[in-house]
Amino acid sequence: MSDETFKPKIVAFLCNWCSYTASDLAGTARIKYSPRVRIIRVMCSGRVDPSFVLKAFALGADGVLVAGCHPGDCHYIEQNYKTMRRDVMLRYFLEQMGIEPGRLRLVWASAAEGQYLAESINTFVADVRTLGPLNWSDVLHDGVRREEAFEEIAAEHAEAMEVQP
Amino acid sequence: MITSDEELRIGVYVCHCGSNIAGAIDVEALTKFAEQLPHVALARHYKYMCADPGQELVKRDIVEFGLNRIVVAACSPNLHEPTFRRAAEDAGLNRFLVQIANIREQVAWVTEDKQEALEKAEAHLAAAVRRVAQHEPLQRQFVRIVPRAMVVGGGIAGIQAALTLADAGREVILVEREPSIGGHMAMFDKTFPTLDCAACILTPKMTAVKLHSNIKMLTYSTVESVEGSVGNFRVKVRRKPRYIDENLCVGCMQCIDGCVFTKAKFPNAFDQGLGLRKPVWIPFPQAVPPVPVVDPEVCLQITRGKCKQGCVEACGERNAFRFDQQEKIEEYEVGAIIVATGFQAFDPSVIPYYGYGKYPNVYTSLEVERLLNAGGPTGGKLVLRDGSTPKRVGIVHCVGSRDANYHVYCSRVCCMYALKLAHLVREKTDAEVYNCYIDIRAPGKGFEEFYNRVQNEGVRFIRGKVADVTPVAGQGTTAEGGLVMQVDDTLLGKIRQINVDMVILAVALEPRADANEVRREFGISCSAEGFFLEKHPKLAPVNTANDGVLLAGACQAAKDIPDTVAQADAAAAKALMLIDAGQIELEPNTAWVDEKMCSGCKTCIALCPYQAIRADEERKIAVIDQALCKGCGTCVAACPSGAAKQHLFADQQVNEELEGLMNYV
Repeated sequence: MSDETFKPKIVAFLCNWCSYTASDLAGTARIKYSPRVRIIRVMCSGRVDPSFVLKAFALGADGVLVAGCHPGDCHYIEQNYKTMRRDVMLRYFLEQMGIEPGRLRLVWASAAEGQYLAESINTFVADVRTLGPLNWSDVLHDGVRREEAFEEIAAEHAEAMEVQP
Repeated sequence: MITSDEELRIGVYVCHCGSNIAGAIDVEALTKFAEQLPHVALARHYKYMCADPGQELVKRDIVEFGLNRIVVAACSPNLHEPTFRRAAEDAGLNRFLVQIANIREQVAWVTEDKQEALEKAEAHLAAAVRRVAQHEPLQRQFVRIVPRAMVVGGGIAGIQAALTLADAGREVILVEREPSIGGHMAMFDKTFPTLDCAACILTPKMTAVKLHSNIKMLTYSTVESVEGSVGNFRVKVRRKPRYIDENLCVGCMQCIDGCVFTKAKFPNAFDQGLGLRKPVWIPFPQAVPPVPVVDPEVCLQITRGKCKQGCVEACGERNAFRFDQQEKIEEYEVGAIIVATGFQAFDPSVIPYYGYGKYPNVYTSLEVERLLNAGGPTGGKLVLRDGSTPKRVGIVHCVGSRDANYHVYCSRVCCMYALKLAHLVREKTDAEVYNCYIDIRAPGKGFEEFYNRVQNEGVRFIRGKVADVTPVAGQGTTAEGGLVMQVDDTLLGKIRQINVDMVILAVALEPRADANEVRREFGISCSAEGFFLEKHPKLAPVNTANDGVLLAGACQAAKDIPDTVAQADAAAAKALMLIDAGQIELEPNTAWVDEKMCSGCKTCIALCPYQAIRADEERKIAVIDQALCKGCGTCVAACPSGAAKQHLFADQQVNEELEGLMNYV
């Protein structure tokens, strides 16, 4: 499965208070980690809308990492517990879609854990590399481009999503 | 909101940060890349964007080229986002139309390969450009600040911070867990390197706290819960019953003499258990407030409901005793909180080879402080357990510090207090003193001079770690008599056995056992070793990630008294700065509900930890109180109809960022 030439595309959603600060710390300490992981800052891991994760996969991500404060340490008291519940839901959902749940990872990293965050990122990159590229042709119907398929699904539900003033 | 594409004019600025960024990323290529991104009107790179000329560049371009969005590819937004927001505002652009691409901490410093660094920087930059196109101007919002501060912990750090704030004319609430303020400093006999008597310099400050009209002192009290946020904290304080009315007691201490227990028989924790006290007691003679406290575990009146009450009789018409006193919770509103909860001494009984707790004449340094203190259990006489004076004393450095098995860090004060103890032992007895050290760390003002002085006084120094403390052969395992320290003398290059009759363990300073619960209550973090984490190790040493919560003293890291006092004053100044501003800006990234889209399902209401969302039953919609919302965005992520939105983190903003980021080569 593992292919040396495969360079995974990974999006990481980091919460502002713990894990984003940890990534800053990893930088300050010059701890190197895989450049294949690209970072989006959110105020809280609780802001990570499941649709963000799905959109990342739809756009071609091979993995999505969500990182927040340790349970009990959330800057917003308890919102990371909601992230935890959503993570379970998303994994279940991904599996139904034919995407390996292992492509989604939840990490807790405190503001002091730059080293740990960098290690977690590298571990995840290695794991995604083992999984190989996310193969959309297996996931979606043959011959349909993934973006078209996404649009198609959205169009199908357009009526239901329309706002009644 | 800008609706048509023609109107968007984005300015992109790539910072070299000297060679920090330019050394790892081809900034010219990155600028060229930016130029071809949609809506980018101009892209520049400059050596130091955060410097005045860099900011001026942004301001000039906004005016000259009519830029209406700014992207700066530089260091973390946690550092210079406010700088560039202000620059934009100075040039007449709304401050929230600025986005930072973090290409230093998250690209330049963490990526080895230059090509890969450029690709990642391009992705982060493209993400920022696409995101900022979606930004809308926002109004800044402010709330009033409660002009009062709370100081938690009444050691020297808390005392200093409280006095500084009170002297500046601000109201302070000082909370202390023990019956008296004073903390560890009150336990010490002398202080290094000047040999000032600790009580002589501390007790005037303690009295000043008590007398200060701006300070409300809550001793024998703990913080129960902290709610609210910067400017408006609501703190619940649990006040334990003293069973004596603080306002009626005059501190004559006659109740202690009058107690039916004619002899003190319970260990006094302040004396490290070396001294004894009665059920009604005071930790030390200069305690503030000078009000005794009744121990409900051993007082006969409280445990059995029956006692002759010699204490009440002695109190007489002052009538201060209240055996029916109950624990109570009081609530205080404060604008800022200074956490000064201090440290605890490392318990060396977990290191088996030093024999602490096994051999009676192995002491901790804190125990010896109490023995040397004139107010201590022996009246200041340094004696062994059997009452005799020691003739040979060994001092073991780095007990629990600089040891991979216990604490990796250096506790910073042990070398100096061990030298001080060596001096005091020599002063009070004729004993030979052996200091066994790894290195002597004496980097403070007057420290090296003090080290030289103690060496000249005839204290012996052995460079090496003590491997073992055992009884002298043939004296039994209790070792009432002699002890042998086995030490690897690294200067002589041989193992030495040193006969002593007292061993003093220079124990580490460590985070308090309940530091983890305390930090959670105050919404702050710990660093790896467990001390409270400051916002920035160099530039924000007293702030924490939770705005309005400040740190002072040894709860942040092991430190000596001068550093503690300096940090306490710094924390007081920060608190003063905060509460004197009168108002504080709210987080701009609050959530709000689009009334037209809200179906009134109430999903969001249960998710909010601040009760900021309420249901408007008449209109069948949810309403978010902007003053209560802290801007986590959890409700936004959960809203099934997309009606809940977040300023600065709108769905389309994050989605555009994601699209830009997925620009993989």
